Amino acid sequence: MRNKSVSFWLFLTPVLLSLSLVVIVPLLLGLFYSFTNWNGLTFTEFIGFQNYIQIFQDESFINALWFTTKFTIACVILLNFIGLGLALLVTRNLKTKTFLRTIFFMPNLIGGLILGFIWQFIFINVFDAVGKMAGQDWLMGWLSNETTGFWGLVIITAWQMAGYIMIIYIAYLESVPQELVEASEMDGATSFQKFRYVIFPLVRPAFTVSMFLTLSNSFKIYDQNLSLTNGGPYDSTQMLAMNIVRTAFESNQMALGEAKAVIFFIIVAAIALTQVYYNKKREVEV
Amino acid sequence: MKKKKRKGILILEIIGVLLALLWLAPFYLMIVNAFKTKKGIFSDVLGFPEELTFENFKNAFIDLDFLNALFNSVLVTTISVMIIIVFSAMAAYALQRNNSKLSKTLLLVFVAAMLIPFQSVMIPLVSIFGSVDMLNRPGLIFMYLGFGCSLSIFLYHGSLSSISKSLDEAAIMDGANRLQIFWHIIFPILKPISVTVAILNLIWIWNDYLLPSLVLSGANETIPLRMFYFFGQYTKQWHLALAGLTLAIIPVIIFYFVSQKHIIKGVVEGAVK
Repeated sequence: MRNKSVSFWLFLTPVLLSLSLVVIVPLLLGLFYSFTNWNGLTFTEFIGFQNYIQIFQDESFINALWFTTKFTIACVILLNFIGLGLALLVTRNLKTKTFLRTIFFMPNLIGGLILGFIWQFIFINVFDAVGKMAGQDWLMGWLSNETTGFWGLVIITAWQMAGYIMIIYIAYLESVPQELVEASEMDGATSFQKFRYVIFPLVRPAFTVSMFLTLSNSFKIYDQNLSLTNGGPYDSTQMLAMNIVRTAFESNQMALGEAKAVIFFIIVAAIALTQVYYNKKREVEV
Repeated sequence: MKKKKRKGILILEIIGVLLALLWLAPFYLMIVNAFKTKKGIFSDVLGFPEELTFENFKNAFIDLDFLNALFNSVLVTTISVMIIIVFSAMAAYALQRNNSKLSKTLLLVFVAAMLIPFQSVMIPLVSIFGSVDMLNRPGLIFMYLGFGCSLSIFLYHGSLSSISKSLDEAAIMDGANRLQIFWHIIFPILKPISVTVAILNLIWIWNDYLLPSLVLSGANETIPLRMFYFFGQYTKQWHLALAGLTLAIIPVIIFYFVSQKHIIKGVVEGAVK
């Protein structure tokens, strides 16, 4: 198909039009507005970096950034640990392995908003009842302070996404040649040695893939945050995405919200570009 | 040695089943409590209900306006997914069969667009679409095309490189135009990847809350939106809230058990590529 042909452009028009109007124009316009006093409809002057300066004096944003970072680190570690563990379990010769995969993956298909509401019930009512029965004080009063709100969010994310990470590890684990594993067994390798020296080096690419997936997914979370803790108590569990939404659509500080959105974009893009860089480097090595 | 190994497997089977029960516990707790009265939940949150009451479901069904919300979700999701499939496949075909610098640059633009998080475009997006009165269902579907097309084009582009160009050339000889070639020859061959693209888009569009919450209102609300308002109305009335949540999950669970194989395959392809 040639460039100048009518059909080339005809085929591309619908997606080019929607991508431009929905993603590219808003991104550029947003970047532009972040240097003005835009109120959602018009702006009267350029104010340079004033919005950005204001962001870093904005305690709610700094708190959200810090909370999101902590949350992301906890999720990346926990998710990869659980995901790999589950994958190692269900790639063994178990009778129940198909059933287990089905169950572990299931929470993934349900929206974060709905899952957050279900878990709100569990953390508040079920934890409380069990705590009373077993005399465990630490199970009471969940989601009523920052610490339990934080771990609540981590638990729900781990429970929801672990099956997804498991599926990725399975895809790589099943491509490990069985002869290699058997040969190492013949040589008398222990289970740990088998994993460390035979399986692990072969599934290393899966670590890169799932590391970055969990990193960017955890960083961008909004729905679970909204339905589980709603940012509370007193905004202490508010994450970045929620902070941007609230600044723009609830406090109506459009230009300030947009400047936060630009910072958010830079962080997410940096994570993604690091991944691209790693993938390129790996391809060269292989 | 053999015996020891069999014992090891048995232990793993038990661990697996215990973990599965742990994974299912939230669903169990949701369902059993959805059948209890408010008092029933208060007196025993873990066990089965003493007597089944369907009252909660009846009330939740009515208050959620469930059939209407289900219809809205199905409508928005299916139309968006169909549009994404057809237009992304067409675009990927044009880009893959054209060897110019321009088409390589365009593909790169689509791939790069995948890195842009929704939150960093949403504020101007809502303002632009609001100013031309497009904060409605057609506007939402158009937005889903914009957000969904990048990954879809990328996946289609990969599959198209394994479809021989001689097919196109033979058809051109027979006097077919590009649209005919695409629609009658290429698109049917792409069916396996179309299933993947459909599933990946279906999952996120069905569950999406933030974008429709900024775009839709009133009678057009999808299940997640209705659920949000419903839940706000019934805080502390867990028997009703849980019945509503159970209703909201049923369509997804049915879909999962019907097309589980395709879903898992699709998710792997979407993540690993």
